[in-house]
Amino acid sequence: MNIDKKIADDLVANDISFVTTVPCKQLAGVIEEIDQRDDIFHIPSNKEDEGMGLCAGAWMGGKRPAIIMQNTAIGVTLNTLATLIQYYRMPLPMLISYRGELREPVACQVEMAVHTKALLAQLNIPTYHFHWQKDVEELDNILKYTFMCNKPVAILTDANFWGGYGDQ
Amino acid sequence: MIRSEILKEIAPILRDQLVVCNIGIPSQELHAIDDQPSNFYMLGTMGLASSIGLGLALAQPKPVIVIDGDGSILTNMGTLPTIANNVADNYILMIIDNGSYGSTGDQPTYAGRKTSLAKVAEACGCENVIECRDVDTGEVLQKALDSGKMHVLVVKCDSGNAKNPVITMDPVVIRDRFMKAVQA
Ligand SMILES: Cc1ncc(C[n+]2csc(CCOP(=O)(O)OP(=O)(O)O)c2C)c(N)n1
Ligand SMILES: [Mg+2]
Repeated sequence: MNIDKKIADDLVANDISFVTTVPCKQLAGVIEEIDQRDDIFHIPSNKEDEGMGLCAGAWMGGKRPAIIMQNTAIGVTLNTLATLIQYYRMPLPMLISYRGELREPVACQVEMAVHTKALLAQLNIPTYHFHWQKDVEELDNILKYTFMCNKPVAILTDANFWGGYGDQ
Repeated sequence: MIRSEILKEIAPILRDQLVVCNIGIPSQELHAIDDQPSNFYMLGTMGLASSIGLGLALAQPKPVIVIDGDGSILTNMGTLPTIANNVADNYILMIIDNGSYGSTGDQPTYAGRKTSLAKVAEACGCENVIECRDVDTGEVLQKALDSGKMHVLVVKCDSGNAKNPVITMDPVVIRDRFMKAVQA
């Protein structure tokens, strides 16, 4: 299975046509895939809170958005999640590379990894963790759930899910 | 002129457009001067008015006017390259540059000192960047709307705030009526 293609297919199948990204090495493949899709408008952002602003506007304009970012960006976006996405009750699927987990080679990444789930839980953000490739089968249901309840929803994808880091 | 005097003057132009308005006193002033369902008031999240407006402009065809502030642009400076590189000709970013953080007590910003937001916007690749005086705002804004081209307007004005009540409308109500205005 090509996970990058599968993720892009699920986004398109759920009518998600506006995707903003800030890169992570683990996300390089899926970002490239999304960039090539005609049915997705890909707008790179410079910071993840900016990206969430773009997504909020696109959703109010009638397009279904998504953001693709690294878990370190949870630290950047707490205020935006609470005072924009949640306060105005907007849906936002967040495909997040979960750096600092098993098979991580960069020690600094662990420093935000240990806070990631706690922060998401503190914000009452529904959170899913993809560890095995087959976990991606849940993505379609998670996207439907997100636009059913109009909430930000986190999909954490760790190195094991992406097939390892450095040796992939 | 201070921001509220400018908003009063351009209210007839704003009335029929989708407007995304900056956090704090700017939104309170616009709400008090001419509340419209087509106004999206930011109640928090300093800095993101320009991004919300850009997402909205890219997603649908109606003109979008963002009323932003110099302090908010400085806090989300990354917005300008994104705007420049994703041209939406239905997008007008109007930065009310009073050289201060108005809502929090008029503390000076760097835009009121050495930093030119118009030059920053140009360096980021934005086209149709116009810096204008407060008294010319209405004319410049109307021209920008009529041109059907993306614009960044930097309105140089005085620091100061009108006294208005805070907005007590529920955010979901603000958002819901705004989305209905978008679809209308
Ligand atoms: C993250 C964050 N920092 C600080 C504030 C406080 N704050 C609210 S509005 C504002 C000033 C905004 O200034 P500007 O965008 O220039 O608008 P003006 O009121 O001057 O028109 C500040 C500092 C905030 N709401 N959020
Ligand atoms: Mg200001």
